[in-house]
Amino acid sequence: MSIVFIAFQANEETRPIVDAIVADNPAATVQHSPGLVKIDAEGCLTVKRASIEERIGRPYDLQELNVNLITISGHLDEDDDEFTLAWKD
Amino acid sequence: MDMKATQKKMSLKDRYRHLTRGLDWETTYQPMDVVFPYDKYEGIKVHDWDKWEDPFRLTMDAYWKYQAEKERKLYAILDSFNQSNGHLNVTDARYINAIKIFFTAVPQVEYMAHRGFSIAGRQFRGVGPRVACQMQAIDEIRHAQTQIHTASNYNKYYNGINAFVHQYPRMWYQSVGKSFIDDAITGGPFEWMVAIGFSFEYVLTNLVFVPFVSGAAYNGDVGTMTFGFSAQSDEARHMTLGLECIKFMLEQDPDNLPIVQGWIDKWTWRGTRFLSLIGAMMDYMLPKRVMSWREAWDIYFEQNGGALFRDLARYGIKVPDCVAQAAEAKEHVSHQLWAALYQWNFGTMFHTWIPSPEELDWLSAKYPDTFDKYYRPRWEMWAQMEKEGKRYVNAGGLGANCQVCQFPMIFTEPGDPTKLCHRQTVYKKEKYHFCSDHCQHIFENEPEKYIQSWLPVNQMLQGNMGGGGLEEFFKWVHLRPGIDNMGFEGSEDQRNFAQWRGMATTNS
Repeated sequence: MSIVFIAFQANEETRPIVDAIVADNPAATVQHSPGLVKIDAEGCLTVKRASIEERIGRPYDLQELNVNLITISGHLDEDDDEFTLAWKD
Repeated sequence: MDMKATQKKMSLKDRYRHLTRGLDWETTYQPMDVVFPYDKYEGIKVHDWDKWEDPFRLTMDAYWKYQAEKERKLYAILDSFNQSNGHLNVTDARYINAIKIFFTAVPQVEYMAHRGFSIAGRQFRGVGPRVACQMQAIDEIRHAQTQIHTASNYNKYYNGINAFVHQYPRMWYQSVGKSFIDDAITGGPFEWMVAIGFSFEYVLTNLVFVPFVSGAAYNGDVGTMTFGFSAQSDEARHMTLGLECIKFMLEQDPDNLPIVQGWIDKWTWRGTRFLSLIGAMMDYMLPKRVMSWREAWDIYFEQNGGALFRDLARYGIKVPDCVAQAAEAKEHVSHQLWAALYQWNFGTMFHTWIPSPEELDWLSAKYPDTFDKYYRPRWEMWAQMEKEGKRYVNAGGLGANCQVCQFPMIFTEPGDPTKLCHRQTVYKKEKYHFCSDHCQHIFENEPEKYIQSWLPVNQMLQGNMGGGGLEEFFKWVHLRPGIDNMGFEGSEDQRNFAQWRGMATTNS
């Protein structure tokens, strides 16, 4: 299965986002590189709005991800509640 | 009495649909094909433009909101970096030469990308791609601006980047990046989307903006880290757009497949060649290194590009032939390119150096199959020559340019890294030269386009670069020999950095 990934700037705003992604995607692995944090997962990775809101204690719009996003890999499907990356092979 | 608002907020999907559906109209004064003459002539067949979907589903208000937030963050960081003389916190002033290469080439390419997406946005008759191109055009000009703003602070203190606008169409090696984007923009709108949105953005920009920019962060360059990651966050959308465009074309009509495959093959190779420069920057110019070029290639090209091609196999897309050569070349290109920049350093606007013994060992460890065998002996010989006061320069021989990628012919034969690769084609009684089979094939598919290439070495020998001699070239290109270039050891940049850093860390 191919790897999908998402990378963020490593800062205070993304710490709870990374925590939420890791909690929701148990197979995901986190890699730290200077200035950035990259999350790899086999086949599919989902970012959930509710999980982020739980951690930051305020309403969150998934499009806010754009502010600290660095890069992604995989086909994206985004709606109000989930941001999903997946390969279809 | 106030009415309580009961209007339900539209979902993301609905908001996007309202932005991109039903806002256009069928023209009546003129036929649609006259109003949009360019989105059919490449041969791509489209039956339903409404099948185009931007997976990020950004609406204009969200776009402006989040881009504004990115800009506020970026400029706050940049201002504080500049205000606190952050440039003196980079690991070593050698590092600054890596970003001189970046600053003198990339903002210009970004600016042309801005123009390209503005043009493509006008040429597509479908509203979805037009909206996406409009946003990307604004992103690209933002990248050019933020890079130039970051460069301007370095330009106050260091040599070499003061004449970048003048030099972009004149500096010999700049023709590599310039011809890449110019050749893409002179294709049609769909080819442009494949060249930039797919091959360059999806398959290749990660290599520039993720490991290289992480390297900038590692070397203390907060300015470059900030604009680099901020730019790449837009690239995440651009890659998605490039991939969407590929899927759209392939799903619209089976006849589109061979055309799309041809563009993928061509632009994957062009991008691979172009990025060799980043390879040299990562392996040789970063005093502290996050990973080698080969390792970055493994992750971002082979693993990530491989996943993409496996996924697209369901449409009949095949892995481009050039990928096999690129897999072999990842062990060589950075070394070959740095050697080229070293020997022609009298004609560049940055300094070069011979890797230190510790750096040679790092390269040996990262390239166990090639470095000691092919490249270390050369660096040791050149180091010995420098010690004897006989620094090697290749002033007698200017490398002939490849007619397609415009690199001097510095790359080696597949299977034999001791032999330069050189191909020739005769077209209309004129002989043309190439660095590789893939560049030769690109030419042979479109000879009338590529015979027009403006090749720096040919131009120089014809007297079109200020005269014909090196001194005239320096004057014409606004280069100050020995100040802007040649050895970092003993340079004005090295002296100034040492003095200013001394002032920043002591009271004397």
